[in-house]
Amino acid sequence: MPLHDHTPNSDAPLSIRDLTVAYHRQPVLWDIDFDAPPGRLIAIVGPNGAGKSTLIKSVLELLPRLSGEVSFFGRPFAEVRQRVAYVPQRTSVDWDFPVNVLDVVTMGLYGRIGWCRPVRATHRREALAALEKVELAEFAQRQISQLSGGQQQRVFLARALAQQADLYLLDEPFAGVDAATERALIELLRQLRSAGKTAVVVHHDLQTAAEYFDDVLLLNLRVVAAGPMAEVLTSENLRRTYGGKLALLDQVGHEMSLRGRR
Amino acid sequence: MKTVCHHPGWLVSVVLIWIVWGTPSQASANDGPVATSQAMAILSYNTRIVLAGTALLGACCGAVGTHLFLRRRALLGDVVSHAALPGVCLAFLVQESLQPGSGKSLGGLMLGAGASALAGVACLEGIRRTRRLPDDAALAIVLSLFFGLGVVLLSIIQRLPTGSAAGLADFLFGKPAGLLLGDVLLIGGLSAIVLIVCGLLWKELLVVSFDAAFAVTQGWPVRALDLLVVLLVTAVTVIGMQCVGLLLVVALLIIPPAAARYWTDRVGTLILVSSGIGALSAASGVLLSAITPKLAAGAVIVVCAAAAFVLSLLFGFQRGAYHRWRQQRRAQRHAGRHDLLRASFELVERKLAESNATDDVTVPGWSLAQLETMRSWTPGRLPGLWRAAIRDGFVRADAAGLYHLTAEGARQARAAARQHRLWELYLIQYAGRHPVDVDPDADVAEHMLDPLIVRELESLLQPDHAANRVPASPHDAPARATPQAEATP
Repeated sequence: MPLHDHTPNSDAPLSIRDLTVAYHRQPVLWDIDFDAPPGRLIAIVGPNGAGKSTLIKSVLELLPRLSGEVSFFGRPFAEVRQRVAYVPQRTSVDWDFPVNVLDVVTMGLYGRIGWCRPVRATHRREALAALEKVELAEFAQRQISQLSGGQQQRVFLARALAQQADLYLLDEPFAGVDAATERALIELLRQLRSAGKTAVVVHHDLQTAAEYFDDVLLLNLRVVAAGPMAEVLTSENLRRTYGGKLALLDQVGHEMSLRGRR
Repeated sequence: MKTVCHHPGWLVSVVLIWIVWGTPSQASANDGPVATSQAMAILSYNTRIVLAGTALLGACCGAVGTHLFLRRRALLGDVVSHAALPGVCLAFLVQESLQPGSGKSLGGLMLGAGASALAGVACLEGIRRTRRLPDDAALAIVLSLFFGLGVVLLSIIQRLPTGSAAGLADFLFGKPAGLLLGDVLLIGGLSAIVLIVCGLLWKELLVVSFDAAFAVTQGWPVRALDLLVVLLVTAVTVIGMQCVGLLLVVALLIIPPAAARYWTDRVGTLILVSSGIGALSAASGVLLSAITPKLAAGAVIVVCAAAAFVLSLLFGFQRGAYHRWRQQRRAQRHAGRHDLLRASFELVERKLAESNATDDVTVPGWSLAQLETMRSWTPGRLPGLWRAAIRDGFVRADAAGLYHLTAEGARQARAAARQHRLWELYLIQYAGRHPVDVDPDADVAEHMLDPLIVRELESLLQPDHAANRVPASPHDAPARATPQAEATP
């Protein structure tokens, strides 16, 4: 194991040090070290069960960590929540919920509106502006159960955009969306990049990863390699990421996750 | 005012606070010799007090229940209410031992009920944390354990020499007739608090219900808000135990929001409608049992709520069975008219080619039999569609008994044919379908095309727009075994 710097990188939008996660049936993550460079589009790529979503969730404190440190813009997450926007997998919510598209996008502003304060017309206008960016303004009043998969994904992105964050963490935004939505999403991500924002995206398609993203984190329960796309996406690295499971790592991981159960 | 409207929780609170403070005073004001009419005679002072209290409770249950319902945690209400029973019994024993005869003072019983309900939920959470048991098993265990404990205590109390134990079992099925003015004020005050909390934290509860993971990343204390919902449910259970009874209060928590869901797709309206249904069924239950002696009011309230549910299921504006049936019928009628107009257009198109007429309206008329050959119709369908088209003014008959399109009919028919052919062209050019087998597909899909998609098709296939020109049928080029091919010499 190469020696590495154990102090978090204070410039990086996201800096992960020695993160280990083992929690109830989620894939186990080992000693993750990663710095997300600012103003880049970064893909997290790896096979099924490699812990891509687990990484995002544990970074955001949705899953407990066994050890390790994560900082955002050099600060703990609790201090900079509003600068970090999370776009969960769209299948994680009930789309039959009795709200319309604008309501969902407005939820991205709740944090800024604050406790017990009502949503006002200005907030609604802001949410509508976010919807315009994802080209769904005319769907604002539509009940969310009437959306297609791609539209659902764009609504989620609009909710994150409404938050006006500096770092965007997207969990499988391209899963099961139509080609038009995929193009629209990547176009939006590029716009974010030109505005100096950073996006970390869980992605499952190697082919498009090279085309869409600047950097890549190859993950398979551990960081196989990370850095600029051209340097990292070598056949050797891909073989190490995708080629066969490491039997011992797997077994120890399973036992740890049993112990990590609460 | 505008912000209040945008924030339905506030509105609910305002309206209900008004009811809380408004109704009892009104009730007492009317309680004079003026109340001589029959209705007033039936509604004795006591009944009116009970009515106000239970209606408030119903509204409160409807509002809190909506949050349970949206979180899909309806059974939590069951656990809370069953787990409250041992608390009621223990509180009775404590009060009785402190001051004999005061065992049934409502405040103390409520406190005990609330405490043991929360203990039940804590047990449930404890079991859930071990992650060894599925949720439903944990629910069943806690619920029956606490309820069993309560029944044991109840039977012990009933064997005590004190006479005041009689009627403690009323808390199981409710007996609103026993409510006193003081009880109603207590219930009203607590309801108001519950509704104010619901109103103030409406936005926070909503985001946690919809997307808890997102709410966590936004810094909302999801666990605390979860606990708050438990506290609210406990509060309404405790408030409701005398009116509806512990065993039935869960019905008043869950049935109103479930019924309201058939009427609306907006959560704000959902809460309002749910509160309304709750209040109405509680009030009508009390009224029914007041005019019919020996009817268990708590149970009648639940039956009323169930009736409201069945009505909603059948006639709800958003999802009711009748609404869905009508929607489907409208779609069918629309599709039928579309087919008829398109067939008419194609017939007219052919006649235009054959005759020297200059436009759609002046071409020679045709008979129904001719139209029948234009496409395959669902057996028996054509005459009905035809009559509808005549009634709608799309088609008229001339003196010779032949039919013509009216100006409006010609316009509509042209649009229908155009939409159909654009869709066919799209399928052929972009989806790689062969002209011969494209027609049935086009038929199915085109009835669902909304204007937005039609516009997109236009820009894709007819960039020149050519004044709503109808493209030629793609079927005309390859020979096709239709009357069209035979008729063209």
